[in-house]
Amino acid sequence: MTTAQMAHPADAPGHEAHGGPGNHDMGEIQAFGFWIYLMSDLIVFSALFATYVVMAHNYAGGPTPKDLFELPAVLVETMLLLTSSAAYGLAMVAMHKGDPRSVRLGLMAAFALGLGFLVMELAEFHHFIGIGAGPDRSGFLSAFFTLVGTHGLHVTFGLLWIVVMLVQLSSKGLTAPVKGRLTRLGMFWHFLDIVWIGVFTVVYLLGVVQ
Amino acid sequence: MFGKLTLAAVPYHDPIVMGAVVGSLLGALAVLGLITYLKKWPYLWCEWLTSVDHKKIGIMYIILSLIMLLRGFSDAIMMRAQQAMAVGASPGFLPPDHFNQVFSAHGTIMILFMAMPFLSGLMNIVIPQQIGARDVAFPFLNAVSLWLSVAGALLVMVSLGVGEFSKAGWSGYTPLTELAYSPDTGVDYWLWSVQISGVGTLLTGINFLVTIIKMRAPGMTLMRMPLFTWTALLTNILIIFAFPMLTAALLMLSLDRYLGMHFFTNDLGGNTMMYINLFWTWGHPEVYIVILPAFGIYSEVVATFSRKRIFGYTSLVYATAVIMFLSFAVWAHHFFTMGTSANVNIFFGISTMVIAIPTGVKVFNWLFTMYKGRVRLTTPMLWTIGFLTTFVLGGLTGVLMSIPPADYVLHNSLFLIAHFHNMLIPGTLFGFLAGFAYWFPKATGFKLDETWGKRSFWCWLIGFYLSFVPLYVLGFMGMPRRMQHYDNPAWQLPLIVAAVGTLIIAAGIGCMLMQLFVSFMNRKANADTTGDPWDGRTLEWATASPPAVYNFAVIPEVHDIDAFWDMKERGLAYARPERYEDIVMPKNSWHGFVLGVVAFVFGFAVIWHIWWLAGATFVGMIAVVTARGCADDLFMVIPAEEVARIEDARVRPALPGSAG
Repeated sequence: MTTAQMAHPADAPGHEAHGGPGNHDMGEIQAFGFWIYLMSDLIVFSALFATYVVMAHNYAGGPTPKDLFELPAVLVETMLLLTSSAAYGLAMVAMHKGDPRSVRLGLMAAFALGLGFLVMELAEFHHFIGIGAGPDRSGFLSAFFTLVGTHGLHVTFGLLWIVVMLVQLSSKGLTAPVKGRLTRLGMFWHFLDIVWIGVFTVVYLLGVVQ
Repeated sequence: MFGKLTLAAVPYHDPIVMGAVVGSLLGALAVLGLITYLKKWPYLWCEWLTSVDHKKIGIMYIILSLIMLLRGFSDAIMMRAQQAMAVGASPGFLPPDHFNQVFSAHGTIMILFMAMPFLSGLMNIVIPQQIGARDVAFPFLNAVSLWLSVAGALLVMVSLGVGEFSKAGWSGYTPLTELAYSPDTGVDYWLWSVQISGVGTLLTGINFLVTIIKMRAPGMTLMRMPLFTWTALLTNILIIFAFPMLTAALLMLSLDRYLGMHFFTNDLGGNTMMYINLFWTWGHPEVYIVILPAFGIYSEVVATFSRKRIFGYTSLVYATAVIMFLSFAVWAHHFFTMGTSANVNIFFGISTMVIAIPTGVKVFNWLFTMYKGRVRLTTPMLWTIGFLTTFVLGGLTGVLMSIPPADYVLHNSLFLIAHFHNMLIPGTLFGFLAGFAYWFPKATGFKLDETWGKRSFWCWLIGFYLSFVPLYVLGFMGMPRRMQHYDNPAWQLPLIVAAVGTLIIAAGIGCMLMQLFVSFMNRKANADTTGDPWDGRTLEWATASPPAVYNFAVIPEVHDIDAFWDMKERGLAYARPERYEDIVMPKNSWHGFVLGVVAFVFGFAVIWHIWWLAGATFVGMIAVVTARGCADDLFMVIPAEEVARIEDARVRPALPGSAG
């Protein structure tokens, strides 16, 4: 829910000459506010990471990371998400060049790759639940599903936001407000990468190494 | 179709609850009827419910807070009455089931639905004006925060008549709040009301942090910010760091309850102490979230009514910052009895004691500001002096309990209850009431009646001591907190004294209501025509009372900590510019209000497991946010002629030589 509400914090004209109340630069203020939001979201994740680390060995006689995780599949997932971010980066380059067609192309690529990541994650969850390793099996699995699932939920909202921006791009073109929103969506999308690197390391790599 | 909700959820059999329900409903109906009779619905919708004006949002926050104060206080009276009579053979008038809900609701309401909205309300009214801005950074987000807070508060109120509230205390300790021990909807009401309003608070924190960092008037460096702005800045940093912890903790508890997970359960690898740690990593900073802005208010009030610059501005700023950092290093003192090693406990014990040092610095700052000042004993000043004496007492008992071995003896006793009320009532509530009296003329255009204000203060102060000193004594006598019934007859006398104290506080609240009524009736006589009723020092007194929608027709330039005092001394206050310019302001928006309504229905549906409605409202929330996210035409222009007309209508006092 937090993400849904935060997906578009206050919107105002982007870098228009007169700016907002008091002649402050609204675009800069909005970007700063979005950074602060991302930081607060990171604290939600840090609480989930801390809980995961505390509960990482509470198997309650159930499956352990070694029984469950398949690193090659997770590596593919990771690559999908990272390439999605790279595609988004190219879209941003196109935005600064003022080329809406390439922006659309980049956004669509980012969407497709992100969707691929999400589908793989859901398949993994489905497989775990199918073999009796669902979130209600043990403290470890509760923490695993919640941490990874919260990231997945963020990715879902990010995908939704990309769709909304594709629609805006078609109907409005690269106006100042649209550019501002694309910038903030980009911050959000790259932020999810960084969180995923943490998940990949702490959950999957360390889980299998132990 | 209706999930777990049946007609049996309404507690018809309980006359006390039904009385409260009928009373609340009649009150609400009377207000709605009055609005309809006066044909004020369009006015209410256009001017208030859809408003993104920070001053109006602030007023609505404070109305919410005062209503919740009445609700939370009636819970307090019921607890004191129950404990005054429930000894030996007498069961009292509240069954255990009900008593447990009363103390849980009291704590939840007073912290999250009284103190927090009061804080948000004061910040909204004051901060933009104090920093010389025309609005907050994100006016629309501000409205969203307000309506999410209202949605949460409404859920608490609804739990009175539909189902029940949590019986597990305001802190909701696991495993008691797990499904195995609390299968009813009470805990769910607590979870979702706190979760929804918590998101609103987080958004407020982000909004005001950005406002204060980015929107200050030219010349207002960080070390020229008024102290209320400083304390609000640090409080908002605390909100941004602490509230996500609460969001996460409540999320995990919800997953335990709704999806059968095992975060905090007793079995299958759950860890109950994990919840308590997570809760207090939010909970302790939360104490400072509500108390630091009150320190800021005291600083403003004491300087204005001593007619002196605040003593040791820099040290006050640094002391507040030190408290902010330390507030994250003390959370385990809420559960020294957890069973960690002595070394862990002594770390948290020492860090707790260290907090007393910057707080002590502040007390001396306020005292030295009054020293050789021309002190005017107005109501805000009385609250401040009452706070200074009472708060020091509470601080000392806190240092006493920060010693882990002493805490082992006093843990969960009434001594603790006396201690934290001794911090929060004088520390937070007196401060907010001082701010309420101080800034009331700014927000409304007329002053509050001093006579009734002083009566209210004395009732509160005397009532406070009578209510809580006996609880210290009872703590030493070994009485635990949250007892619905007890067998030790020696406890009854102090409990009766405490109940009498609570009645005196009730008289204080009565005086407050009377004060509002009398002041409203005499609003012409008490009108503040200048915008500067107290001979103030900071920029909020430079605007009209109530301020124009844009606050400042011309953004002021700041050269001093006491920016407005400096302008008055140099004869620049009230100066007319050669010409006015167009002003850009945000347009009103229905999205915030509707989002609050949908969030409320979502919360209700999830509490009662009405899944189709929960799904529909969830999609609804996303739809409203998306609709707003795609809107471009968000600003309006107030033409220069209109600005000139508004400014010309304003009374401009000739500057007397008084500023010397």
